[in-house]
Amino acid sequence: MAQMVDDDPRIIEFDVRTDEMLVNMGPQHPSTHGVLRLVLRTDGEIVSQVESHIGYLHRCAEKIGENLTPRQWIPYTDRMDYLAAMNMNLGWSLTVEKLMRYQVSEKARHLRVLIAELGRLASHLVGMGAYGLDLGTFSPFLYAFREREKILDLFEETCGARLTYSYLTVGGATADLPPGWLEKCEAFLDQFTPLIAEYHSLLTTNAIFVKRTAAIGILSEALAIDYGCSGPVLRGSGVDQDLRRDGESIYTSMYDGYAFEVVVQKNGHYPRDHAYPPVPREAVVGDSWHRFYVRMLEVVQSVDLIRQAMDRYSACRGPLGEPLKINEKLPVGDAYLETECPRGQMGFYLVGDGTPIPWRARARSSSFSNLSVLHELCRGCLIADVPAIVGSLDIVMGEIDR
Amino acid sequence: MRGSSFLEKASSELPGAIIGSNLEAIDPWIEVVAERIAEVSQWLKKTPESLFDSLECITAIDWFEPDAKKAAKVQWKPHIEMVYHLWSTVARASIVIKTNLPRWKGDVVGQLPEIPSVTGVWRTADWHEREVFDLSGIFFIGHPDLRRILCPEDWVGYPLRRDYEMPLEYHGIRAR
Repeated sequence: MAQMVDDDPRIIEFDVRTDEMLVNMGPQHPSTHGVLRLVLRTDGEIVSQVESHIGYLHRCAEKIGENLTPRQWIPYTDRMDYLAAMNMNLGWSLTVEKLMRYQVSEKARHLRVLIAELGRLASHLVGMGAYGLDLGTFSPFLYAFREREKILDLFEETCGARLTYSYLTVGGATADLPPGWLEKCEAFLDQFTPLIAEYHSLLTTNAIFVKRTAAIGILSEALAIDYGCSGPVLRGSGVDQDLRRDGESIYTSMYDGYAFEVVVQKNGHYPRDHAYPPVPREAVVGDSWHRFYVRMLEVVQSVDLIRQAMDRYSACRGPLGEPLKINEKLPVGDAYLETECPRGQMGFYLVGDGTPIPWRARARSSSFSNLSVLHELCRGCLIADVPAIVGSLDIVMGEIDR
Repeated sequence: MRGSSFLEKASSELPGAIIGSNLEAIDPWIEVVAERIAEVSQWLKKTPESLFDSLECITAIDWFEPDAKKAAKVQWKPHIEMVYHLWSTVARASIVIKTNLPRWKGDVVGQLPEIPSVTGVWRTADWHEREVFDLSGIFFIGHPDLRRILCPEDWVGYPLRRDYEMPLEYHGIRAR
């Protein structure tokens, strides 16, 4: 279909004059990942314009944040990106710690890396499984959820919750890991690692999958930066940026001494990609396939980081340290911090006025910016490709609407 | 290029636009004249030393009249503070722009304060400005499509204003 739309993709099907039609997709559409409503302006099968309507899950979490202390607001951060709640807890906790110039103990630091990377693993598994579901294949979803279930079991042992944890908190974590947890985590990783190749064979090189995703929804590097895209969406477009390496010192110092490479294509190769299927000929940097592949390689990277974190954590002696008091006074001033969440750079902004309750709490959502580029990606694509593009952005509506 | 020399260059190339700064703060910031925010943004994006090519976040802070108990302690007069967080993917550095607006234009309650839009500089500003308009009630001059984004289009009021009161009902649904 690409040859029909060579110049201006909006001038479409100029030989056959057909009527334009507005097609409503969502908000209860299974492949819009929650309650997202898209209005497609179509001409035959070709989409000329996409408009997203969001806000169906809006709870004004920021207003609530102005009425609670930072530690009380932690459960609300859970409910933003509910597929990576641990990472959201961490982002907010670090922002508060940045304002208070507080440093957690070394043991808590390694615990946080361990938990955050495990959270990333769980989130990318959903991303992969749900993406398969968007494209009409059911089995990868089941395989992905089978493994994710084991991660949730591990999380349940740490804090009792399976989805909205509130585990990492201001000043460390609510509790130390229970005895025997590390062995269970180790066993999980040993069992999980060989399965990664299986996932690749399910989707990555599957001919149908490649046909549905390669060269679909190409996002150029310049456009990605202009729209403030981040995370795998940005790296899939070939921008070498990962806040775990490039971010602010309070965040990057967590990863001091850890060995990892940012997953981004350089000279046609991804780091350590020899073990995995090669990039198919049809794929172009910035397309849906690359965004998916970056996530898949980050799974391997996270497994690696978890192993390193477990070693460092168990080498730390002494207590974890108590989290800060729930009504600890905030200093006057403001602090903004972005962390690398599975879906991109999640930013929190906190303004303190000397009382325990922030004057302003702000959440900058990564999916929000990632979704705002959708109308550029969908211009001139087929209706059937819209779910393939939306899925490749891996959005969570709870985070967009807040 | 580090903070102070960069600030000097900015002040000399944009005379009168930068009216304050704090490079010692947790996040170093500059304060600009609200009317010239778009011009300063364009400069920050294009200047080879900075290349702040990515807008991360726009926040409006409502510095509302403090309650009587706290009034003695605080120094601010009621106003809105706009905060722009920028990031450079080239230099991997960040900067914060702050600017002040009145709570209402001409102090007439209901008249939204105005500020030039930066959608022409960073396209991500499109949705972010719509969100700030929606929740904090700031009018962005020159925004191509300034509509509510998170609240329904017929919602009344700006929830993140400090004096906002939740309506009693919305289309027959009890709201509080």
